[in-house]
Amino acid sequence: MSKDMSYEAVLARRGEIMKSSLGIDYASYESGSIAFDYEGMMSFGNFSLSDVTRIQNAGDVGRAPLIELHNLSKLARMVAPPGKGARILIKDEACNPSGSFKDRRASVSCYHAREVGYRGVMAATSGNYGAAVASQAARYGLDCIIVQECYDSRHVGQPEILEKARKCEALGAEVVQLTVGPELFYVFLSLLEETGYMNASLYTPFGIVGIETLGFEIATEVQKRYGKHPEVVVCTHAGGGNVTGTARGLQKAGATNTLVVGASVDLTGLHMASDTHFNQKSFTTGHTGFGVPFATNPDRTDTPRSAGRPLRYMDRYVLITQGEVFYITEALAVLEGLERGPAGNTSLAAAFALAKELEEDAIIVVQETEYTGAGKHPQAQLSFARANGIDVRFGNPADSVPGKSIILPEKPEQVTAVNQDLQRMRRSLIRNKVQGFSRQAITEEDILFLMAETKSDRQFVTGCLEELV
Amino acid sequence: MIAQGSWVTIERVVLEASARALNLPDETRVTPLRMWVKGTLLAEAAIGEKVSVITVTGRREHGTLLEVNPTYTVDYGSYIPELRQIGEQVKARLWGGAKE
Repeated sequence: MSKDMSYEAVLARRGEIMKSSLGIDYASYESGSIAFDYEGMMSFGNFSLSDVTRIQNAGDVGRAPLIELHNLSKLARMVAPPGKGARILIKDEACNPSGSFKDRRASVSCYHAREVGYRGVMAATSGNYGAAVASQAARYGLDCIIVQECYDSRHVGQPEILEKARKCEALGAEVVQLTVGPELFYVFLSLLEETGYMNASLYTPFGIVGIETLGFEIATEVQKRYGKHPEVVVCTHAGGGNVTGTARGLQKAGATNTLVVGASVDLTGLHMASDTHFNQKSFTTGHTGFGVPFATNPDRTDTPRSAGRPLRYMDRYVLITQGEVFYITEALAVLEGLERGPAGNTSLAAAFALAKELEEDAIIVVQETEYTGAGKHPQAQLSFARANGIDVRFGNPADSVPGKSIILPEKPEQVTAVNQDLQRMRRSLIRNKVQGFSRQAITEEDILFLMAETKSDRQFVTGCLEELV
Repeated sequence: MIAQGSWVTIERVVLEASARALNLPDETRVTPLRMWVKGTLLAEAAIGEKVSVITVTGRREHGTLLEVNPTYTVDYGSYIPELRQIGEQVKARLWGGAKE
């Protein structure tokens, strides 16, 4: 008898499909209460930093150039208060085989898949990660399927995602494209079950240890060149893996005083599961639609527990508007001679704003760039926005309304990183974690876990518990 | 007719609107979840007919035949004059003036 492939039946088999497609027994890390053994899970597969470095070196992943943006730094200094305007450095991750830092995340998953004997790998992603998995799968001789949320109900595709589909196919992968909706997960599970491939999720320990090398390289390279660790590292934040992996790598290099800043594009008000909002966005990732929910509830990912837990590592979280990112992307091209994709420049736009707050001798590192091309280009995105009724114009970016307008700054002074209330997000994470628990049921281990989860002290956690439970 | 063995795109409704998840915004819930996949056509057919294909990974998929020899049409869009203005402005600020 063939298996029941209905939505309900496949979702009911979620646990077993996950177990066989990941090979990780997540239950073994559970305490039975709120806490789980995060570091135990992270050590699954026993990939040390030097193991990951060896795997990545063999695959020509990582070791991207770290470039000091002299001209953009000078511009920041010109518009900053006297004595302010940090040196901005950028890790040119576009130099990776598939054009983004995501190759680092895919490299360990694909290495592991081949070692364990999976015939292929799968990932649910509309972003650069698809190309990264396709590229690494090609190198390891694995089959690859990428499942994308790509079109609205009119069959109009987001240009950036269409470009990603092209690239995945160019690298030999099968691309399954869907209309908008979270039931993508149902299709993903069905395909995992059908193929027996490994779930090369962004949120397994492999997907995070692969980025630790990035944080490590930044810390050691800046130390070597400037005689100190960077004051600030800015990471574009969406699902949480980028912040988590980079921060862990910085820590492993001893850069414990480096401030880790997460930056997202502000898409407040746009619903991620909305068919009509889908093509009103000019950024398909690195935005608040992922950044906020995945920070406050990391385990909403396609794995039972997410290895990306950004509130453990983030010291500050800032938002930037779409128009400001396009502005900085253009500035990067004409002032530094680096034409890179806009989505990857989210953290650069934030860094430009933050550089104005820092002393002139401070170092702020932007930890990624991404490739650009048809679809993944300010011109493609802005003309697509106009075609979808978005008002694109010069003005004050602070007045922009996601889904209605994209306001390009009139001058560099207007590029501003807007602080988000991290304490509120931490409280929100605790609220999500303690749901269904009585105060008596919360153990000392749970409190220590929540302190680590929120990078907070005992007083903050117990204060939240008194308020919430 | 499209010949057997041709490279094609097919389309299939994965979930009818009535079978979709409950927590969706209204505008999404009224639409079916549709899927597009490419593969090699298993038997000669006309556009719009129900067909089966073999995908790149060797999977068999079925759906409605949509297109033969599908290509890529993603491009750089229409010209955006504002981008040139930004470029000129930041260059003028950096190279054309002293610290303000």
